Amino acid sequence: MSAKVKDRIATGVIIFFSALIIAVLVGMLAYILVRGISHIDWHFLTSEPETIKAGGGIGPALFNSIYLLVLTLIITIPLGIGAGIYMAEYAKEGRITASIRLIVEVLSSFPSIVVGLFGLLVLVNTFQFGFSVLSGALVLTIFNMPLMVRVTEQAFRSVPIEQKEAGLAMGLSHWKIITSILFPVALPAIITGTILAAGRIFGEAAALLFTAGMTTPKLDFTDWNPTSLHSPINPLRPAETLSVHIWKVNSEGLSPDAAQIAAGASAVLVIMVLLFNLLARWVGRLLYRKFTSIK
Amino acid sequence: MKAKQETPLLFRKHRAEEWIGRIYTTFCVALLIVIIVSIVYFVASKGIATFAINGVSLSEFLFGQTWQPDSNKFGALPFIFGSFVTSLLAAVIASPLSVCAALFMTEITPNWGKKILQPVVELLAGIPSVVYGFIGLSVLVPFLRDIFPGQGLGVAAGSVVLSIMILPTITSIATDALSSLPRNLKEASYGLGATRWQTIAGVVLPTVLPSVLTGVVLGMARAFGEALAVQMVIGNAPHIPRSLFESASTLTSVITLNMSNTVMGSVQNNALWSMALILLLMTFVFVLIVRLLERRARI
Repeated sequence: MSAKVKDRIATGVIIFFSALIIAVLVGMLAYILVRGISHIDWHFLTSEPETIKAGGGIGPALFNSIYLLVLTLIITIPLGIGAGIYMAEYAKEGRITASIRLIVEVLSSFPSIVVGLFGLLVLVNTFQFGFSVLSGALVLTIFNMPLMVRVTEQAFRSVPIEQKEAGLAMGLSHWKIITSILFPVALPAIITGTILAAGRIFGEAAALLFTAGMTTPKLDFTDWNPTSLHSPINPLRPAETLSVHIWKVNSEGLSPDAAQIAAGASAVLVIMVLLFNLLARWVGRLLYRKFTSIK
Repeated sequence: MKAKQETPLLFRKHRAEEWIGRIYTTFCVALLIVIIVSIVYFVASKGIATFAINGVSLSEFLFGQTWQPDSNKFGALPFIFGSFVTSLLAAVIASPLSVCAALFMTEITPNWGKKILQPVVELLAGIPSVVYGFIGLSVLVPFLRDIFPGQGLGVAAGSVVLSIMILPTITSIATDALSSLPRNLKEASYGLGATRWQTIAGVVLPTVLPSVLTGVVLGMARAFGEALAVQMVIGNAPHIPRSLFESASTLTSVITLNMSNTVMGSVQNNALWSMALILLLMTFVFVLIVRLLERRARI
């Protein structure tokens, strides 16, 4: 076989496999959306799930997912950005910094189920938080911190050195330079990264089985007292999220329309993830434009 | 930017600001260290209890083939085997596909290939694992059931679902490695009259091999730890499968299904923690391999 024929064949194989990947994604999205969207209506999005009867909705699960995400971000953002700033600005290359880097790497590759079990042992049982939104949010913090650290560190490192030198020339303190010169420049990249990470948290399930729990008490959306069990904003109530609900319906669902519910809920989940992706791109571009037009 | 006149003079204010910043960021980093130390400590202390307190022998746990908690048999080999087989197969399926996708984006059509395939890969990475499980259960499993013998649930279904999940990991690392390759390497090869494929196979791929392997190992690590998607399609039978289409279990699927049905502190519960400990140790092994490969890639 001549070299040219081989080249043609190889190119053909590469193009074929690439097309296959695109086809798999398009096929999956089409499947999810076509099967799911017909099932999505206002009733499905807002009503309570049913265990045995047909016609259950995903209202509480959807609310729990969003609430858990918000709580997680409130905890993670300041901590992750702080640690990221340390890695970018204060850490000196050496053994300690190298081991912190290793820790971030290991933390981000821990299986989510192991982190969930850790949450079960320490947060749910030892600290007595029970199966709760708070336990779930703290466990998700463990996942999200390494991501935030990496995003922040990269964003700070990509700020042009002249900006920092200008601040130093003015005699500002290092912390002042970080907060008022470097941080605003790094902000668009941090926000984009945070939104992408939020998409991932939104779909996480394995760790939440053992921390946020697999049930939701009956929620009363007129009760905003954070200590009442039926209040939606009580951080110490159990909360089954959308992803956990999909898993539960698929593996032990008893209702006759379990497959449709799973399809509808999957469609909602995928649409939310797509929205997070688009939002990240849009916000990133918007902030970038705003930032660069100042000059 | 307006310079505040008083700041250069206020030395004490400077000091205070500096200390606040340092203490705050150091606290955040210290938290990471506390988290990882406590995860390792708690999981290890629970996982070791099976052997130290309940007296299950380590060799029985690692190599025993019967898992019957009621009659005190805690052989976890079928689950360990299941985890290794599914993640290895997933890597075998995903690696060639990922490398082709990366080559497509960097070598064949750098312009529009990247515009199409890059978002596809990012979206694949963003789809939640339960959705993969659901699609596997409602599309892949019936498909396998119709074509091959058996229930459709099994190692094959698990590996295919996992391979799609780890595809983005391998692809993005391979793409980064390929696009950071120095131009003159390829130009020298083309200058000698080599075709594109000769250049890719003879020059490009050997040079980026360590980086691609890094991606494969990271993908395997992800596959090894993935829980719910695998649990939904693998069938969850507690024995070593004899064919790809037979139902099996992985460490993660056994933990998922049994953890909430066992009493904290019982032998069976502790055995599940020992499996979690194996997952934890495997993470360290994977990270170690990745580190070694990265050192190779740098030289």
